[in-house]
Amino acid sequence: MHRQFEEELEEIKKAILTMAGMVEKGLVDVSKALTTGDAELAEGVIAMDDEIDQYEVKIDRLATEFIAKHQPTATDLRFVIVAIKLGPEIERIADNSVNIASRVGDAGKHPPQQAARDLPRMLAVARAMVSDAIAAYVARDASAARAVIRRDDEVDELYWSIFRGLIQLMVDDSKVISQAIDLILIARFIERIADQATNIAEEVVYLVEAHPIRHVDETEWQG
Amino acid sequence: MSQPNGLALESHDLDFFYGEVHALKKINLEIPRHQVTALIGPSGCGKSTYLRCFNRMNDMIEGIRVEGRVIVEGEDIYAPGVDLELLRKRVGMVFQKSNPFPMSIRDNVDYGPRMGGVRGRSRLDEIVERSLKQADLWVEVKDRLDDSALDLSGGQQQRLCIARTLANEPEILLLDEPASALDPISTAKIEETLLQLKKSYTILIVTHNLQQAARVADHTAFFMLGELVEFSDTTTMFTNPNEKITEEYITGRFG
Repeated sequence: MHRQFEEELEEIKKAILTMAGMVEKGLVDVSKALTTGDAELAEGVIAMDDEIDQYEVKIDRLATEFIAKHQPTATDLRFVIVAIKLGPEIERIADNSVNIASRVGDAGKHPPQQAARDLPRMLAVARAMVSDAIAAYVARDASAARAVIRRDDEVDELYWSIFRGLIQLMVDDSKVISQAIDLILIARFIERIADQATNIAEEVVYLVEAHPIRHVDETEWQG
Repeated sequence: MSQPNGLALESHDLDFFYGEVHALKKINLEIPRHQVTALIGPSGCGKSTYLRCFNRMNDMIEGIRVEGRVIVEGEDIYAPGVDLELLRKRVGMVFQKSNPFPMSIRDNVDYGPRMGGVRGRSRLDEIVERSLKQADLWVEVKDRLDDSALDLSGGQQQRLCIARTLANEPEILLLDEPASALDPISTAKIEETLLQLKKSYTILIVTHNLQQAARVADHTAFFMLGELVEFSDTTTMFTNPNEKITEEYITGRFG
């Protein structure tokens, strides 16, 4: 009985880590595609999405069965609740990677100077936030999770800086409007990825410390 | 008259011995009035012994020794001169195995009051109806009060035993695993009854069913090896207990 309990918990964790691993690989590929315009890499990210979606379904199923069978409490209960919440967050990161991948072809060719510099930088920060959030989950490390949450401001600042730069470009030269809009969208998708990494990190703090830190003042979640 | 929201039961430095066996060790606990408090812990942890201290049911066992103080509604019940019969009327008890008397439903319920000197059919009928209603059994048995109690289902028999206890107008209800032998529907019925009863009674319940404690209890006490490990509000106990060992027990990692 008890061994089964531990094994089933492990299976849920494994499904999350496999799913997260695929998403992290997708982020690496989409980063390369963004700077090189490599269409094949971008296609690969898009192709992977269906399998990632299936992991979300699998995590829900495993977690539901676990609750029905074992009625978990305390840490185990939070672990399963967090699993159910992480699935959709990771899945949305994958969706945003797909959104970026499907735009790198045209937008990525000869991007304006500022975007060429700042978008990859922004994506690198968001990618690190995702990896660090997942690592914090594995290690059940609330302080590492808080460090992820703090980095979200950096991404937001980059987003607004890129946004303003591209708006100015469009004002100056209407020929770049189509490309600039694609680049703004890409920046927006990256900004969302950072938000989703933040959500994951918030769930890790809840998992470890048992109190929610979403929708509270910064002074409270800093812990 | 007792104050609402005060303490109904207390124990101070309570030690309990079965011969040489030290079954309860310096238990200090304050149990609030008109709430449900659950006692949980592995078999042999002392939770049932602790429960039975509050109506001195343990006195029937030979070779026991009690030290410290046990207070029921402000009164030290191990003080000399305590009227045990009155104590057990004030502190009613329901056991794991339902034990209706081999007589009619009506006679089961009004047995206590009749023994206590209540006379007059209409007065007794009133007690029977009130007690069965409180135990949530009235609707099911009102047309067959003279049938044998032994014809009732297990769950109904247990609710009859609760009604029989309530007929004595206790202030406190002690329940020792009242639903452990019942199916899930009967169990749910007992739990609903307890939630109704706590408006008028202080309830102390021993249960091995942790989910049951989580559902019905306002506070939960976790015992282990004769010691009180943790006493918390039930939500804390089952979502984020203060003690690591409590967490290990409620998550099934030992016990």
